[in-house]
Amino acid sequence: MSSASIEKGIRMIREEIDAPVASFFTSCVHCGMCADACHFYVQTGDPRYTPINKVEPMRRIWEQEYTLWGRIKATLGLSRKVNAQDFEAWEELVYDGCSLCGRCSLVCPVGNDISDMIRKIREGFAVAGHAPKDLVGATRRAVEIGSPMGVRLPALEAQIRHLKHDTGLDAPLDQAGADYMVLLSSMEIMNFPEYLEAIARIMQQAGRTWTISSRAFEATNSGVQIGVSDIATELVQRVVDAAEELGVRTVISPECGHAYTAIRFEGPNLIGRPYNFRVQHILEVLEEFRQQGLLKTEGKETERMTFHDPCQLVRKGGVIQAPRNLLGMVSNGFVEMRDHAEMNWCCGGGGGVSANERADELKSKAFHQKKSQLDELGVEILVTACANCRITLEEGLEQNDMDIPVVGLTEMLAEHLVEEPGNGGDT
Amino acid sequence: MTADAILFFARGTGFDWALAIFVFGMLLRLFEVLSLGSKPDLSEGRGSGVQGGLKTIVTRTLPRPAIFAREPVRIINGYVFHIGFLAVLFLYEPHIELFEAKMGLSWPGLPTGIINALGVLTIFSLLLALTLRLSSPVLKFLSTGSDYLAWLVTLLPVLTGYLAYNHMLLPYTAMLAVHILSVELFMVVAPFTKLTHMFSFMLARWYQGYRAGHRGVES
Repeated sequence: MSSASIEKGIRMIREEIDAPVASFFTSCVHCGMCADACHFYVQTGDPRYTPINKVEPMRRIWEQEYTLWGRIKATLGLSRKVNAQDFEAWEELVYDGCSLCGRCSLVCPVGNDISDMIRKIREGFAVAGHAPKDLVGATRRAVEIGSPMGVRLPALEAQIRHLKHDTGLDAPLDQAGADYMVLLSSMEIMNFPEYLEAIARIMQQAGRTWTISSRAFEATNSGVQIGVSDIATELVQRVVDAAEELGVRTVISPECGHAYTAIRFEGPNLIGRPYNFRVQHILEVLEEFRQQGLLKTEGKETERMTFHDPCQLVRKGGVIQAPRNLLGMVSNGFVEMRDHAEMNWCCGGGGGVSANERADELKSKAFHQKKSQLDELGVEILVTACANCRITLEEGLEQNDMDIPVVGLTEMLAEHLVEEPGNGGDT
Repeated sequence: MTADAILFFARGTGFDWALAIFVFGMLLRLFEVLSLGSKPDLSEGRGSGVQGGLKTIVTRTLPRPAIFAREPVRIINGYVFHIGFLAVLFLYEPHIELFEAKMGLSWPGLPTGIINALGVLTIFSLLLALTLRLSSPVLKFLSTGSDYLAWLVTLLPVLTGYLAYNHMLLPYTAMLAVHILSVELFMVVAPFTKLTHMFSFMLARWYQGYRAGHRGVES
């Protein structure tokens, strides 16, 4: 990379450093606890994957630019400036070796939000041209096509036709004034269309109106994952424009982790203003329906099953109790993993890792953390609420010859809806 | 220079300078953090950021069981060191008299026998901390010269205090002078090493806790 791009990267990292980041670096005592929280370190034993080490270039820039002592040291030649080799060496740690799961942030005794710092340092790496090519490609497709996987509107329309054909239910496009605007991840459109059917059936039973915007149906935000705020902003803006144009009251983020925190919490900060609609994760919507008596189910699964908490939902989104309440409606065999809820271990594929083919081997290693949790429990079904977790888990289970089906919670609930005449359910 | 003269310097000019560097240095470090500012969060909150921040300042003092199970020795040793160090610093009668003379504040102390025992415990916990740092691949990898310097300047006041109190190694006056000088070294070094965490941890916990509280997540 040219030195101009590296300079840009350094400048971007400098801009990302705010008071919270400075307080984190000022407080770090090098206790190493964050390593024990990180599946990439725990499963590889390689100290380079210690979370705080992943932001070492940012720490050096902070020290040299924002502390008197650091400036003196730099002037005296006692510290080395961040250079192209550092970007080269840290790229793998910043992208392949971190799923932005946030477990390290929760265990740091001085309170450092390390995963947020890694999210920030990616801004500099992306600008410097040091982001994995697969993520660059996904981000380009998200901007140009509207989906990181290149899914276009006709593909969605085809799924809607299938839905109508199979169940008689509709997924209305561009219906102004609907109660809910539903977002989908490309993964759900292509790999898990059951989700769309589940939504259609649940909404019908609840008697709520809903719509999908033909202009902004993609929920995921590659800009957030790769760390390019301009692109993240544009992707959020598309959803905001669509929601405001259709005049919906609530936007539903699908079974996806980062899509939720991106639109729910990062979004308003990216576009620089609050929304005039609500954003809820699908599980929050379902939990509301449950509380309002709008979600009526019958029968319970008896198999032993557990719930894999998507990191972004529990550690950054606060959706913890809802899935447990919902599972209680349809399962008699629910058991918790040893580390669950806010301390759950990542599947290994978050934060753009699953989209980055280069990281496959490392991701498979990291999956062993999840494997050991599952081995302990001996479950027959694994339930989750994130399409990206789901595909990563399915891959990991397959690689390890573990015969455990992975199911999305929304679709599991839909399978247990009380059949009412004309609700379009399978008969 | 006689031991008396060194002690005189250590108690007078030396102490004043060290204290000035400590106070000014720490204020500078905190200013360096706060002056960078942070943007207000425009997203709709699910809970209170202020409550989350205040709560996390307190609750982060305890380890999460999942992480304690992985590193019990390191974590318990951390408590032993911090409690021991703070006890010998703040609950030893002659230290309290010094604080009273300098700040006009006084509080009850612990019997000297207990302080003496805590001093030994603190020294051992620091030695264990160093052993762990040198033997753990992660800690060894993370450690810089500054970490070892911080360790040394923390050990010296406890060690020399213990030696002075027990009249070991050097005549009392000389050891007391060395003890006070070592405290001054600690005060001078602290603002420029990770020892800044003694104050800044509250900011770090506040910032993470504030965001977590706003989002309605655990922290």
